[in-house]
Amino acid sequence: MTAITTSKPITRTNKRGLRFSSRWLIHLTLFVLAVIWLTPSLGLLITSFRPREAIASSGWWTAFSPARFTFENYALVLNAQGMGDSFLNSFKITLPSTFLPLFFASIAAYALAWMRFPGRNVLQLLILALLVIPIQTTLVPVLQFFNQFRLTGTYIGIWIAHTAYGMPFSIYLLTNFFSSLPRELLESAKIDGASEWVIFARIVIPLSVLALASLAIFQFMWVWNDLLIALIFMSDPATQPVTVRIQALLGTYATEWHIMSAAAFISMSVPLLVFFALQRYFVTGLTAGAVKA
Amino acid sequence: MSRKNLLGWAFVFPAVILITAFLIYPTIRTIQLSFDTGLGFTTSEYVGLDNYTNLFTRDRLFFDIDQFPPRGAVFNTIVWLGLFTAGTVGIGLVVAVLANSVRYEVLIKTIIFIPMAISFTAAGIIWRFVYSPDEKTGILNAILVGLIPSTDPIPWLGRTDIVNVALIIAGIWIWTGFCMVILSAALKGLPPEVIEAAHVDGANSWQVFWSITIPMLLPTLAVITTTMVINVLKAFDIVYIMTAGGPRGASRIIGFTMYWETFQNGKPGYGSAVAVIMLLLMLPFVIINIRRYRTGEQGT
Repeated sequence: MTAITTSKPITRTNKRGLRFSSRWLIHLTLFVLAVIWLTPSLGLLITSFRPREAIASSGWWTAFSPARFTFENYALVLNAQGMGDSFLNSFKITLPSTFLPLFFASIAAYALAWMRFPGRNVLQLLILALLVIPIQTTLVPVLQFFNQFRLTGTYIGIWIAHTAYGMPFSIYLLTNFFSSLPRELLESAKIDGASEWVIFARIVIPLSVLALASLAIFQFMWVWNDLLIALIFMSDPATQPVTVRIQALLGTYATEWHIMSAAAFISMSVPLLVFFALQRYFVTGLTAGAVKA
Repeated sequence: MSRKNLLGWAFVFPAVILITAFLIYPTIRTIQLSFDTGLGFTTSEYVGLDNYTNLFTRDRLFFDIDQFPPRGAVFNTIVWLGLFTAGTVGIGLVVAVLANSVRYEVLIKTIIFIPMAISFTAAGIIWRFVYSPDEKTGILNAILVGLIPSTDPIPWLGRTDIVNVALIIAGIWIWTGFCMVILSAALKGLPPEVIEAAHVDGANSWQVFWSITIPMLLPTLAVITTTMVINVLKAFDIVYIMTAGGPRGASRIIGFTMYWETFQNGKPGYGSAVAVIMLLLMLPFVIINIRRYRTGEQGT
């Protein structure tokens, strides 16, 4: 799997073979696409730093003449509009929801990749089938079950839910990866008398750090960015994450752009930071489901 | 059962319990609820096929063939399938191919990919801002009014004839980066000799692209097209945040209808029937996934 940071163009002939006019057309096309892709986010970013009156009276594209910027919108949204608490809630929801599935999926994937037991094939096919099941198909019964056991609105409840919903993809990705480890290595450990648990913990896990990191980052981003599950299980303002908070703000302040813009960028700050710092792993995790390992 | 068998099951046990409790049992239960009113989120009154017949004969926001073109969530989903899939795969392919021949490849690919990192909620806010009906706020209307001063700003998300295309454009903006990254990786994996040879034989870049690159990318194109189709069938966030299905239900799609009928209109049985329809639409992809796995296993 190639991440977007690695670039080794192999079709060098294209580069030399093209005439001047078509080179110019390529640059123009890419430039136009880049502008279309950047403008929407850039507009909202600039708006989030403009004073309320300025936003109401002129477009963000005039923001630099005269340049008047402020952090007030962020202060307002973080304190008065509850985004600060939601931001912390997002972490409380996301961190355990990242590591729990990683643990349960990796032990299951080890068994599926390297152990023989009855029902193993059926389980493998089941995981593949469940990869495409929409969450919507399960929400009502799970909510009923959560209400019955008083798990609705609790952190434990949403941790378990995210762990369960993350299982099919995590197991699928890790089984693929674990199966590709060298057979001789695992077999010689077994001959030396190592137990399955020791092989898993001392050999398989250390050899799979990259795959586990990619999966962890994928799951982190997925949970942080989730709206649907949190909307149903964590709608209480005291425990809701940033995504749910934003849709609540939308109900009252839909056209108050000084609030909505700052709220949106607070919610985006963590995923963007993770993306720029760990781009390679994120892209690998994200694309692993579509491209066979 | 031998001790070894037991050990294997011990390793998969937590995962099996979670999958059974959150995916398998609830799915079966949802099928059951779709034949019920589902009031109180549980089976309360059996109604047979009523939910399904109502969806297709009485719910004009779900399925309406009395007008031309037909309307409702089903047909909006079909429009999404066509435009969104063509847009993401098409633009993704264009960027992957063009970026491959320039020095700033990493930069342009990063720019196109960034929307994949943020939530659909945040992306929805970004695009609500672009589509603002106020020409002092929304850049699209600013450009429109700037170019043709005699026109009035257009409420892009407030008009039943434009809203779906407006949402689909936001969707394309989000997902194109995904298609681009996968196509770009596939492109770099093509054997360079074949392309060199074609050039030596006098083929121009355009001919090489259509008769060599595209056919060799077909398996990858099939995979990402499938992924995009599945995305549309599951989609919820973008519609919920940008329009909440409006105006007057004109932008509902299937994944949104399930949520809205169940949790906003308080009809869990009815919403469950929509969920079962989603499930049926997914079945072909379950089969494709298993087939792909089977052939892969024989290959290794």
